[in-house]
Amino acid sequence: MDETSHLDRAARATPPRIARRIQGLSDRTIAWIFVAPSIFLLLAVNIFPLIWTIRLSFTNYRVNRPNNAVEWVGLENYQRILSDEDVWQTMQATAHFLIWTIVLQVLIGFALAYLINKKFKGNDLWTTIIVFPMMLSPAVVGNFWTFLYQPQIGLFNYVVAFFTGADPASFSMIGDVNLAPWAIVIADTWMWTPFVMLICLAGLRSIPESIYEAAECDRASKWRQFWTITVPMVLPFLMLAVLFRGIENFKMFDMVVQLTGGGPGNTTTLTSIDLKREAFERWRTGYSSAYAVILFVTVFGLASIYVKALNKVKER
Amino acid sequence: MKKLLLAGTACNAIMILGAGASQAEELTLCWAAWDPANALVELSTDFEEQSGHTMNFEFVPWPNFADRMLNELNSGGQLCDLMIGDSQWIGGGAENGHYIKLNDFFEAEGIDMADFIPATVTGYAEWPKGTPNYYALPAFGDVVGWTYRKDWFERPEIQEAFQEEYGRELAVPASLDELKDIAAFFQGREIDGNTVYGAAIYTERGSEGITMGVTNVLYNYGFQYENPDEPYDMEGFVNSEGAVEGLEFYKELYEVGTPPGSSNWYMGENIDAYKSGQVALQMNFAFIWPGVEADPNVGGGASGYFANPPGPAGQFAQLGGQGISVVSYSDKQDAALEYIKWFAQPEIQARWWELGGYSALRAVVEDPGFAESQPYAQTFLDSMAIVKDFWAEPAYADLLLAMQDRVHNYVIAGDGTAQEALDGLVEDWVEIFEYEGKL
Repeated sequence: MDETSHLDRAARATPPRIARRIQGLSDRTIAWIFVAPSIFLLLAVNIFPLIWTIRLSFTNYRVNRPNNAVEWVGLENYQRILSDEDVWQTMQATAHFLIWTIVLQVLIGFALAYLINKKFKGNDLWTTIIVFPMMLSPAVVGNFWTFLYQPQIGLFNYVVAFFTGADPASFSMIGDVNLAPWAIVIADTWMWTPFVMLICLAGLRSIPESIYEAAECDRASKWRQFWTITVPMVLPFLMLAVLFRGIENFKMFDMVVQLTGGGPGNTTTLTSIDLKREAFERWRTGYSSAYAVILFVTVFGLASIYVKALNKVKER
Repeated sequence: MKKLLLAGTACNAIMILGAGASQAEELTLCWAAWDPANALVELSTDFEEQSGHTMNFEFVPWPNFADRMLNELNSGGQLCDLMIGDSQWIGGGAENGHYIKLNDFFEAEGIDMADFIPATVTGYAEWPKGTPNYYALPAFGDVVGWTYRKDWFERPEIQEAFQEEYGRELAVPASLDELKDIAAFFQGREIDGNTVYGAAIYTERGSEGITMGVTNVLYNYGFQYENPDEPYDMEGFVNSEGAVEGLEFYKELYEVGTPPGSSNWYMGENIDAYKSGQVALQMNFAFIWPGVEADPNVGGGASGYFANPPGPAGQFAQLGGQGISVVSYSDKQDAALEYIKWFAQPEIQARWWELGGYSALRAVVEDPGFAESQPYAQTFLDSMAIVKDFWAEPAYADLLLAMQDRVHNYVIAGDGTAQEALDGLVEDWVEIFEYEGKL
């Protein structure tokens, strides 16, 4: 059935009353009618708040002080943020969290996908079990891991104690400034590795079997096949997983708040937690708007560079 | 004529219906989700029966209470007709127009603030402090105090071990130093085959926890919010020599006498640790005491209560509790005021105490039988007599977060010294008050 017959059928199916109304409208107008609601929603929900946030970021506005005069402060908010040591400390905490979660999730996720891709009995059952953590709410995972990390009753401490011989109550994952940054990395890795695994699995299953057969004919070793066929062909998928996890973890909030509350001290205060405190606890609306704009530009800039790199890899 | 009669009848019907609607309102009361809130629901059935109004309740867990409710107030929301807001909100509530002023109403209804515990009037109702401008009725008196395992303290073998180690009898501590000794004594001790720990204290980072805990020590070591003769002059008062010692004491108490992993504990975690038999002592607000008494493991005489012990500079305790206010954005203010009038009655206040609510009415707490009415009643009275409260300025949230940061960073994360923490706190608070135009 060709395209013309589809159009004919659509025209015949249009009720006469509506057909009369749209008679004489150009294709372009009709296209705009269909697209307009989406554009309106996009402008109302995304673009307008963004512009409004940028405008507020140049003021001293505080939403809890409706009676105070709103003054234009220029770049002062931006200067204060970028010269604030505490903000840089939260940036460092975020970078630590971001880098290590991505590294661990990619390595473990790819390894799991590679194993699951092998045909064995109970393959589907294991896949279901492995993906279970990512079906939970991050807030629930945060709460759940606070119990696992409990020095007196926590399973995590007992497992570590079992292998190291240390007293389970002798260390506190979420109460120690050195261990707490790793506590949130471990919990996030537990939760989101399955997501990376699923993406890698899709990549592995998209590789045609014939390529491996050809490589076998050329007497390529398994090791060589892995590095010259599997890794390059899964790489775009892996990079996509890294992009998703990077963006998600840059704005990580709920799990970490439940797990550590940003402590001890500020060791696990990620930028999103800091931003929330500025905006909805300290009520520095202008300041927090500038903070949000800086984060937006950072994520948007990094993501754009990364997407370009991803496209290059795909083109290869 | 018939038409006129019909029209008149219709008008009457509309008026009656309208009048009926204004008489029977649906009121929403907003408060924290905790045990006393359940008692208030029970108490309020009497109001519903008497007034014909229906009461709805919006209860939010403590860690999110301030966020959720201050958002509501700041956005001029109409969710809450009545707000039992935290004591520190009174400044913001009054200055930003969230709460209606109640002076005329109190006068018209014969409600006299002199009938309430003075500290609760200052803490929960007045703004500016010390002036007769009322924005709330004291609703729930609360204060930080201590709960201890009386049954453990009374065991001869434990008594003996303590006597041997400290050369004195194991009893309710007479000072903060003694309290630290007791916490250290129980730390890691085997009792009934379980390892137990000293004390559960407030260390929470996210909302107000560690501030509500550390102030109980700071006050008793000489910390003051400002120069009594010069408002907002904080240098040498917030970071006085005594205050620095007090902060060091709190850190030491945390290190020598608290359970491992208690780096982010507040009310709920302390209750859990105490009820599960992990700790010998717990710092907590008095609201938990009815629940402790009713608990099968630690209630029924197994627990005792004492007021925050004195330090070198006196004996004070952190005020908790709340007043009940009418939200200015509510369009049911008359019915909300009716609720406050009903709630202020002495017989309702007496019933409030019976149900587990801490009445702030003097007629209730000064009743000759009050001190004996519950095992914790005397401790409540003793504690309410020594209260001090955090800033109640409109900028309280800023002030609180600064203190949370500084204190938590020093006590829990071990960052810097106590002197640096309090010097930093003065800097933060000066900056906030400068922004507020008060300095």
